[in-house]
Amino acid sequence: MTFRGTSLSLALGIVLASSTSSFAVTEISWWHAMTGANNEVVNTLSKEFNESQSDYKVVPVFKGTYPETLNAGIAAFRAKQAPDIIQVFDAGTGVMMAAEGAIKPVADILSMGGAKFDKSLYLPGIVAYYSKPDGTMLSFPYNSSSPILYYNKDIFKKAGLDENKPPKTWPEVWDAAKKIKTSGAAKCGYTSAWLTWIHTENFAAWNNLPWGSNENGIGGVDVELKINAPIYVKHFQELADLAKDGTFRYGGRTSEAKPLFLSGECGIYNDSSGGLGDVIKSGMNYGTGPLPYDPEAKDAPQNTIPGGASLWVFAGKSEEQYKGVAAFFNFLSKTEIQARLHQVSGYLPVTLAAYEETKKSGFYDKNPGRETPIQQMMGKAPTENSKGVRLVNLPQVRDIQNEEFENMLSGKQTAQQALDNAVKRGNAAIKQAIGQ
Amino acid sequence: MASSTRVTFPNKFLPYLLLAPQLAITAIFFYWPASQAIYQSVLREDPFGLSTQFVGLDNFRRVLGDPNYLNSLQVTVIFSVATALIAMALALLLAVMADKVIRGKGIYRTLLIWPYAVAPAIAGMLWLFLFNPSMGTLAYLFRSTGYNWDPLLNGDQAMVLIVSAAAWKQISYNFLFFVAGLQSIPKSLIEAAAIDGAGETKRFWTIVFPLLAPTTFFLLVVNTVYAFFDTFGIIHAVTGGGPGKATETLVYKVYNDGFVNLILGDSAAQSVILMIIVIGLTAIQFRYVERKVHYG
Repeated sequence: MTFRGTSLSLALGIVLASSTSSFAVTEISWWHAMTGANNEVVNTLSKEFNESQSDYKVVPVFKGTYPETLNAGIAAFRAKQAPDIIQVFDAGTGVMMAAEGAIKPVADILSMGGAKFDKSLYLPGIVAYYSKPDGTMLSFPYNSSSPILYYNKDIFKKAGLDENKPPKTWPEVWDAAKKIKTSGAAKCGYTSAWLTWIHTENFAAWNNLPWGSNENGIGGVDVELKINAPIYVKHFQELADLAKDGTFRYGGRTSEAKPLFLSGECGIYNDSSGGLGDVIKSGMNYGTGPLPYDPEAKDAPQNTIPGGASLWVFAGKSEEQYKGVAAFFNFLSKTEIQARLHQVSGYLPVTLAAYEETKKSGFYDKNPGRETPIQQMMGKAPTENSKGVRLVNLPQVRDIQNEEFENMLSGKQTAQQALDNAVKRGNAAIKQAIGQ
Repeated sequence: MASSTRVTFPNKFLPYLLLAPQLAITAIFFYWPASQAIYQSVLREDPFGLSTQFVGLDNFRRVLGDPNYLNSLQVTVIFSVATALIAMALALLLAVMADKVIRGKGIYRTLLIWPYAVAPAIAGMLWLFLFNPSMGTLAYLFRSTGYNWDPLLNGDQAMVLIVSAAAWKQISYNFLFFVAGLQSIPKSLIEAAAIDGAGETKRFWTIVFPLLAPTTFFLLVVNTVYAFFDTFGIIHAVTGGGPGKATETLVYKVYNDGFVNLILGDSAAQSVILMIIVIGLTAIQFRYVERKVHYG
């Protein structure tokens, strides 16, 4: 074939390709970490969106656990193969925020082509967490949750506790747990998922205590941890003491403690409100209550901080793809979609309208306790201690804490030593991560 | 008669062609990633690769000065030695026993080889389902006897758990080679020793064991490499390096620092060190241990 022939056929190919692409739908790839029932929700939403219009097609791809999904996204970005949308868990928020050149702020996307983006439609506590210090919303809050208390009503009855009165403060939790253990109503009184997220990050916000300097990292990346203050030491020493005779049982670093509660081995359990589905499914006679607070903290209870995950959009995509992403996010923000998501999953509604809608429908009257996670987060205007926790390496700092907690719970060190070590090692890790 | 002439190819090109697939695989799966690791180990880079900075040997200095790294080295030595010893000793025992079975030899062997077909992560999950204190069936039995079984908090128990899982999976492989090794030992030798009055134990240690030396040596190399590298899946599934850092081996730390903590420079420096360690170990094994091996 002559050179001319090659270029001619190439040119023909380009013409053909460009003409077909103008008719084709634009594909929007969405990498996520949702399993089980939540995975089905992702697929249903994508399908509904794809059927609702004909310009864009959202293609969801499951990429493993939260950290695995984040890593897959980072690796893909480095290989210049990034997806359009990626779901990143709360602890990864700081990682994404630090990568300014890699992401496109959701606020920019939603206001593209002169469209109006009204931030006030969204739940303020959640939006603030996913915004830059200057207020620009960076990611779309897809699934947000807040930690609550679950308890087994049958075990409460057996132990002679009031089954309609969940313990409100930590001392009440410890007392109830001891009663459950000593009365033999269950083998263990209390267990908890996510010691880091619940017992340090939310413990700080809910009791209005600093977790770290610089507004826990919301105000800037240079953070010094404050979690070895006396009130934290007291809290963790109490946990360590309860662990000695098995009144408190440790389940693992994330939500591995759940089976201990579901199997009836432990009577009281702290976990994300997003864990409600499994508790309902187990058929247990359960009750829920707000996250307990420390009565010695004078401003408690303040407000809890959001967990869960949000959707980030990678930079360097075409105008057409961003339009598609905007259309999809607008679809997700629709009141009926958000209201449904909230009611089936236990995650929080992202828009105020969806919250109002759910309230009006009488859902909370029929399902008491389901409003708790929202009230916890929205009850009071957040202080500098309770806007959230943000570090460029929060997953690493959480792991450091987990390691120290495990060495504490096994009796190798006291709470004071564990928290001092966690602060020292955590601060060093933060310094290294921000390049100091 | 059996002169030691080397095979020669009349065609100059053919030998290279025949070697090409293996060379290509080595280049793609070893030299390329290894050179990338060396390159990455002298850089400081953010996770997304947006800013890169040459830092020389800083990463190595930090890694080697980190007490957690030394802890991890210690964990690796304990884990690898325990896994290799247990896997080989039990496999040898089983092989010798299975060799004596007269009826249903095939069935015994097949059943003993089976676990080898199980992927490391699956093996880890199997052990986890049995021994996880939250949901494990056997863990429940342990605790109901009053024994405080809690590998989630007790580092020694966690170590026992992953060594058992790793060794269990490797026993089949070792068994296979020991069985083959036993079959190649001439029966006449053993019979002669028996006639001379050597007991079973004596026969084993003076005849069978020395004649198995080449197999044992080969397995020693393979098991060490296995314990170092192939057990990642088991550790990941069972303990995730915990409790504390009680089961964080060198390989697991590479993964943890690189893929969880996103410190690519440190992680790359660690994998370079690991590469040097394994090259060194293998060299030592071939240089010193192999001398003592009698190839019959």
